[in-house]
Amino acid sequence: MVLIVMSTGFLLILMGLYGSLTNRNILRMIVSFTVTNTGVNLVLISVGYMPGRTAPILDETVAVSEVAQRIIDPVPQALVLTAIVIGVGVTALMLAYAYRLYETKGTLDISQFTELKW
Amino acid sequence: MSPLLTIMTLLLSIAMIGGAWVAIRSFSLPMAILAAGLVSLLASVMFLILAAPDVAMTEAAIGSGLTTFLFFFVLGRVKGGEDD
Amino acid sequence: MIKRFFVLALLFAMGLLFTDLLLSYTPDTELNSTALYYANHTAKDLGAANIVTAIIVSYRGLDTLGEVTVLFLSAAILVLVLPKGWRRGKRKPRILPSTGELLGTGSHLLVPLILLLGVYLFVNGHLTPGGGFQGGAIIASAALLLLLTNPLQPFSRHLFSVVESIAGLCFVVIGLLGIVYAGGFLDNRLLPIGQLGELFSAGTMPILYSLIGLKVGAEFSSMLINLSETKDS
Repeated sequence: MVLIVMSTGFLLILMGLYGSLTNRNILRMIVSFTVTNTGVNLVLISVGYMPGRTAPILDETVAVSEVAQRIIDPVPQALVLTAIVIGVGVTALMLAYAYRLYETKGTLDISQFTELKW
Repeated sequence: MSPLLTIMTLLLSIAMIGGAWVAIRSFSLPMAILAAGLVSLLASVMFLILAAPDVAMTEAAIGSGLTTFLFFFVLGRVKGGEDD
Repeated sequence: MIKRFFVLALLFAMGLLFTDLLLSYTPDTELNSTALYYANHTAKDLGAANIVTAIIVSYRGLDTLGEVTVLFLSAAILVLVLPKGWRRGKRKPRILPSTGELLGTGSHLLVPLILLLGVYLFVNGHLTPGGGFQGGAIIASAALLLLLTNPLQPFSRHLFSVVESIAGLCFVVIGLLGIVYAGGFLDNRLLPIGQLGELFSAGTMPILYSLIGLKVGAEFSSMLINLSETKDS
């Protein structure tokens, strides 16, 4: 099961990169970046999973004494929690810059922005 | 791992890959944005299957909800630019 | 055409790399040493039931401070980059078509409940799944519902900035008090740890996560409001 999730994550990364490299529209590139972001998060979470164990939360089913045998790795989960929140900040910034570019040229086609081309 | 959960994971991954294909190649931009939101939502179900409830909540609230609305707010501003 | 070829070649190379990673992956059967330390010491030392929360707020609290700073910076740059909204200009408010009885009544009913859910999530962050980031995002979704009901909703920017500044300041002050009175920066043993599973347990952890929730909620709300009201034309 972990292998299915991991290969899905890798495929999402590849598809997102393909979309952001081949699309001409800036908004479509940003959409592809969010797909890549989701794929990276899936891969990270699936690395931390161990079959037959449960979430890292102590309650009636997970006693304190046997916690090391019952829970999965909590570190990738904390990492991905951070990554999702930062991801939406980055997406908002990219969208603001895209809107700003639209204001200057009236278009979102990336091939129209030739000022820095050489 | 029970076979039912494996089949569910398989169906979720097929749906996610289809959604991602729509998100990067779809003809209309609103549909692409909605498909990206759908991929996020299915990913949050997958996080729940992988025993990460904290991450699933974050992805459902932030990745799937807020990001889609940020895209639509910008899309409403760029009249005529979305077809380029 | 040649560019498309380069893209496909790059993706093919990355695909080979990923396939190699995937085939050589063997799942762990034991926790590694870092995770084992967190698993064995969280309940005893910090008194938190949710180990992910313990890592985010206490063990790696400094990283969370950096993360919240990054969010604040991106919200600030958003205001800087976007053109000035109509509210600051001298334009008259536009007359918008009504959004309908259903949305108006529903939002009046739902907004307090959504706010309550957000507060519940971050107050209970050390016991159940959820916490400051999730609760903050849900509070921002309440602001989003108000914004959808009435796009010209007069939000008070002053309130958001005051909430955000005070929450950030209190977070840093509690962290510094931890250096003086407990083991180190953001140490939660400033207050008694209490019984595992109680609401008032885990020292300062619920307070810190509530402050994070308020700060994140204010940042996301101001981000949404800024993106929605930059009206041109």
